[in-house]
Amino acid sequence: MSSLILRTATRYIQPILVLFSVFLLLAGHNEPGGGFAGGLVAAAAYTLYAIAYGVEEARRLLYVSPQGLAGAGLLAAAGSGIPSLLYGKPFMTGLWHEGDVPGFGEIAVGTPLLFDVGVYLAVIGVTLSIVLNLAEEE
Amino acid sequence: MLPIVVNVVLGMLGLALVLTCIRLLRGPSMADRVVALDLISTLAVGMICVYAISTDQDVYLRDAIVLAVIAFLGTTAFANYLGKGGQP
Repeated sequence: MSSLILRTATRYIQPILVLFSVFLLLAGHNEPGGGFAGGLVAAAAYTLYAIAYGVEEARRLLYVSPQGLAGAGLLAAAGSGIPSLLYGKPFMTGLWHEGDVPGFGEIAVGTPLLFDVGVYLAVIGVTLSIVLNLAEEE
Repeated sequence: MLPIVVNVVLGMLGLALVLTCIRLLRGPSMADRVVALDLISTLAVGMICVYAISTDQDVYLRDAIVLAVIAFLGTTAFANYLGKGGQP
């Protein structure tokens, strides 16, 4: 669709949507949100870009293929269970490491975060592979 | 004072929702129905915001943001379909 209004609006809305999806992903452990909702919002951002600029441009913006994203997400989600095995605990036990980041404050990273990132990537990949293939059909 | 205001505003939004649903069901053309659907989602965003105020929970505002953006995307997709000459 070659609408100047939509294209100009998309140029501003699309990065904000991706940023908001990352916010949902990171807030998901303690508050509403999470990998699935964040992935859907990010997929909506790329779908909006595909409607405004065409499917080819959206694929170029994504850099990697949607199938590759889904595979990387599955690998990250499954791999997040491995570290707990190395510590002799049951598979997928959550391990947390708390540390101080200068100028930012105290943050906690752990395997549940890696699992959420995997879900995020898998949802983006699967949703976009469906949407972009359907949009190319016409 | 606040509960009264919340109830009045929710009543007004509900009335608008009923009127919009009538337009959605009766709409002579496809474009009328698409605009009615867009208006319904905007009214839903308003209702979520009022509910967030009345319950003093700011996490509901995230739903409002997501719904506003997704509804915009849906309306754009409908317009894209209509512009290509889709059947009403």
